Amino acid sequence: MRADTSILSADAGIALSTERLTKVWGSFIANSDIDFRLPVGARHALIGPNGAGKTTFINMLTGVLAPTSGRVFIGGEDVTADRQERRVRKGIARTFQINNLFPGLTVLDSVLLAILERKNLAESWFRPLKSHVAEIEEAMDLITDLGLEAQAGVEVKTLAYGKQRLMEIALALASRPRILLLDEPAAGIPAGESSEVFSVIARLPSDVSILFIEHDMDLVRRFSQRITVLVGGKVLTEGAPDEIMADPRVREVYLGESAHG
Amino acid sequence: MSPRSSAIERLASPRPRPVEVLAWLLPALAFFLVPDNLALGVSIMTYAVAVLALDLVLGYAGIVSLGHAAFFGVGAYTAGLLAVQGWKEPLTGLLLAGAVSLALGFLASFLVVRGKDLTRLMVTLAIGLVVYELANRLSSVTGGMDGLSGFEIGPIFGVFSFDLYGRTAWWYVYGVLILVFVLLRLVVSSPFGLSLRAIREGVSRMPALGASVDQRLRIAFTLSAGVTGIAGGLLAQTTQFVGIDSLSVGRSADFLVMLVLGGTGRLYGALIGTTVFMIAHDYLADMNPVYWEFWMGLLLMAVVLFARGGIVGAGRRLLQTVKTKFARAAP
Repeated sequence: MRADTSILSADAGIALSTERLTKVWGSFIANSDIDFRLPVGARHALIGPNGAGKTTFINMLTGVLAPTSGRVFIGGEDVTADRQERRVRKGIARTFQINNLFPGLTVLDSVLLAILERKNLAESWFRPLKSHVAEIEEAMDLITDLGLEAQAGVEVKTLAYGKQRLMEIALALASRPRILLLDEPAAGIPAGESSEVFSVIARLPSDVSILFIEHDMDLVRRFSQRITVLVGGKVLTEGAPDEIMADPRVREVYLGESAHG
Repeated sequence: MSPRSSAIERLASPRPRPVEVLAWLLPALAFFLVPDNLALGVSIMTYAVAVLALDLVLGYAGIVSLGHAAFFGVGAYTAGLLAVQGWKEPLTGLLLAGAVSLALGFLASFLVVRGKDLTRLMVTLAIGLVVYELANRLSSVTGGMDGLSGFEIGPIFGVFSFDLYGRTAWWYVYGVLILVFVLLRLVVSSPFGLSLRAIREGVSRMPALGASVDQRLRIAFTLSAGVTGIAGGLLAQTTQFVGIDSLSVGRSADFLVMLVLGGTGRLYGALIGTTVFMIAHDYLADMNPVYWEFWMGLLLMAVVLFARGGIVGAGRRLLQTVKTKFARAAP
């Protein structure tokens, strides 16, 4: 009996989990039998060398890719069959490693749209955009929060690269996710400026569960409570940052990688 | 102005600015200044309705359609056939023309949203070809190559009869054009309109925001087809003739050219492009009825190569340059 209740209570605290999640293309195994649990409020890093299958894993979590086998759960509910947009409505949001924005829309247009989508208002056509005052206010607050206020009326394509990375996060946050997946949020940003992106992430409400992919070990150490290491599509190990950094297998994979790169 | 309020100011709005109201008085001015060429004005405004509808799918939603003449022609035949059968009331006839094209557009939309760019273009082209050949085959109904003629249209509101000079037709089409413009302006400055632009700009991001793209595109395509049908209905009612060429792929191409000339994604581009195209056509065909397309081709080339965003886009940039120059000159 006691064992049962402890499993149940543990389940209640799991925001996102997978069961033997696998993705195979022909003879290439991108992800193999991944069992993963993201507790509510977690700050969890997913690391591994290039080609380890990190983005594939995120793509299966969000429904961009259908798994070859295995299952995905949001808060205990099996969402494996749900399409991307349905999973978003169940509280999962993501950013993309390569900017996936609306280049010709303004910053305000983009964030406002994301908010209207969340509120199921984006299909209405009889009320002008400008009359959605509450949503405009919310959008401007979020934009201000991310330090993009001065560029609010500017087309996204004219933003500096670092600001575009912040737009990735702004769009994800606009859907008020319970689970946030960040695929290399600071990718391509000069090392000195990447902490701007991460300070935004650090300020997020503590009940938002975050899984992020990051190559910079310094950032991983500072912002994660737990780390999963993916190598060749398999989970090599999982643990607290200190354990992982001290693990000789991880050091081998990583130092080998950086010595080559 | 703070960046906050200027960003909010930049959001799409359906409210007309004073200069727009003035611009809409220009056609009325033309009515009184060039009273002997009302027929040209009627056909400009008729086609403008169709090109506005095309702008919704191409300029906003980013779907290139080579099949819009199908909806135009079906609207024209619907209005024409109704009149042939004795249904002479123009307004209900026009609404029915729109409704039939809307229904056809709804069916077609399921095919159109499948696939991407080239597939989509081919599907719209195929729809155009199929409808054209059907009309050609059903000559007992449509009149085939001879077209549909010999029908009369009753007075508008039971009062204003269509006259030989085209005065009634002119005001009728002008009124419908304004109504259609207001409707589309509402649509494009709504959240739905914003989401269409977002689909055009970054369709792959939309599902990540929880949006189902296909349904939006279907709605836009269906609405566009319905409005195009109204344009066709106008053509049938004001010329009292429906030719099979109203369904032709060449007609679809004309719509595209008109829109691209004026500039996509801003509604006014559709109006200006249609006006320039039709006036150029009229003028050039007068000079040489065979080779007018040569000059039209040159004009199109000049616009797409050197005037990004069409005539409206180029005009805006010019205005912007002048403004900044003046701002610099004045301390």
